[in-house]
Amino acid sequence: MSIQTVHPTAVSIPQPTKKPRKLPDRDTLLGILFLTPSVIAIGIFVYGFIGWSLRVSMSTWKGLTPDYTWAGMSNYAALMQDPRFHIDIRNTVIFTVLFVAGCLFLGLGLAILLDQGIRGEGFFRSLYLFPMAISFIVTGVVWRWLMNPAQGSRMSGLNLLFSELGLDFLVNQWYTTPTFGMAAIAIPAVWQMSGFTMALYLGGLRAIPDSLREAARVDGASEFQLYRYHILPLMRPITLSALIILGHTSLKVFDLVVAIAGKQVALDVPATYMWTTTYDGNFFARGATIGIVMLLSVAVLVIPYLFYSLRNEAEL
Amino acid sequence: MIATRGRGTLSPSRVIVYLLLFSAAIFYLIPLYVMLVTGFKAFDEVSLQTMWQLPRALSFDNFIEAYRNLAPSMWNSFRLVIPAAFISSLVGSMNGYILSKWRFRGSEILFPLLLFGMFIPYQSIMIPLTQFMRTIGLYGGIPGLILVHVVYGIPITTLIFRNYYANLPNEILESARIDGAGFMSIYWYVVLPLSIPSFVVVLIWQFTQSWNDFLFAVILTSSSSWPVTVALNNMAGSQIIAWNVQMAGSFIAALPTLAVYVFLGRYFVRGLMAGALKG
Repeated sequence: MSIQTVHPTAVSIPQPTKKPRKLPDRDTLLGILFLTPSVIAIGIFVYGFIGWSLRVSMSTWKGLTPDYTWAGMSNYAALMQDPRFHIDIRNTVIFTVLFVAGCLFLGLGLAILLDQGIRGEGFFRSLYLFPMAISFIVTGVVWRWLMNPAQGSRMSGLNLLFSELGLDFLVNQWYTTPTFGMAAIAIPAVWQMSGFTMALYLGGLRAIPDSLREAARVDGASEFQLYRYHILPLMRPITLSALIILGHTSLKVFDLVVAIAGKQVALDVPATYMWTTTYDGNFFARGATIGIVMLLSVAVLVIPYLFYSLRNEAEL
Repeated sequence: MIATRGRGTLSPSRVIVYLLLFSAAIFYLIPLYVMLVTGFKAFDEVSLQTMWQLPRALSFDNFIEAYRNLAPSMWNSFRLVIPAAFISSLVGSMNGYILSKWRFRGSEILFPLLLFGMFIPYQSIMIPLTQFMRTIGLYGGIPGLILVHVVYGIPITTLIFRNYYANLPNEILESARIDGAGFMSIYWYVVLPLSIPSFVVVLIWQFTQSWNDFLFAVILTSSSSWPVTVALNNMAGSQIIAWNVQMAGSFIAALPTLAVYVFLGRYFVRGLMAGALKG
């Protein structure tokens, strides 16, 4: 798996202006000089701020004035005992499982269908991918209406559609379903990101040489066997990438939940808890604690993946 | 692309393939359908019971009303994303040039450290960020938000440009150096003219990302500087503004990035794939 994206086009060399030749070392120094502002910016805004958050998470800061009184790990202990954080974990698990599984199945399924040499492939592909271009807020606002849970004469959205089509058994309470309301929020998330998963898989399928398909067919493999035994095993690295990307997205989900559920505790996730406890409740120490816990959960996924991707690249 | 397998024959299995593809297309189009059908109805035609029906006549009531509500924040969004996208791509281009063509001791360690910044949950830096922006006096307004988008855009923009430049043959740079060109003149006369495709990819990517951002905007701006995502979310949360106006507003808020996708989709997808660290 390389991280190359684009290929160079034909090249014509403009005549550079004549200048006295510089020592390469000086040019390298210039490079370091020009890179420095970015390195400092990331140093402060990423690593410095993470350290600062870590410090806040070990303080007693509650209220508008910063208070860095040392509190050790007590905020972490309290968070683990917090019933609201237990709801967050439950919701994150429900959301992650459905969102990741939904995107992988739909994405792989659509990619295989599109790989059958169909007419209008480009059209379908663009259509499946367009939700990636719009914001989670727009998605959330529209799906909140589509998934309106009102019943009887106030019925609307998808429930109304189901009812008109005679599919009354599909009428449900969506995100107001007790305990599993979060499952409904995974639907727009799948709507938004399954096209992206499809594009990842389709790229993988296109990289398979035709000779492999031919060889399998000559051996008498059916289309099903061709995919099951020859093609799907080659898709494993793509599934891994997709798992990491989708998994870390779902651990961070925020906009979509805010747009659909507002600040309802039943549909709380770590990101919304962090937001409300910090900016509504002024409980900065707890907000920082949630932020750091989120960072750790994402880091466990992403750091090995980063090194895996870059190491593979170096071997090329 | 080359796939010619079975094209032209319409066997039962082909029919099933097309049926499945069309069903999926309906799933992806439902929200767009609701936004447009609702948006184009006259106020007196809007009702929950008929929300799935096509409008009897084209009317712009909902779009006009939604635009009246969202116009200031739409302009805020443009004032935010255009500078953010341009500054981001300049910074990314320079970084990518250095990290691909002027590697130095330690640059292989620096690169993943930069990249990590694009995966972090921003909740983990949110409190220091607010404090810091207050201290330097950039809290509440659009310039501060531009700065934040540029800084947190460094990883992805650097990645896209670095991968692009890595594919430029070193021989071009070597021959320029033999002709006496140095760091800046190679960048200016050789690399930059070849970078147009990457600039398009990065501009589009940063435009879309900053337009669609909600988290930074909701935490770092005050109401007069709200970009459209925050304004739309507030509009949807209020009891005063009817759902039909919300649907029209959602469409208006999505329109700029949708237009970019429709006209420059190929470049958008490249940015998307770069974010997955694979090509």
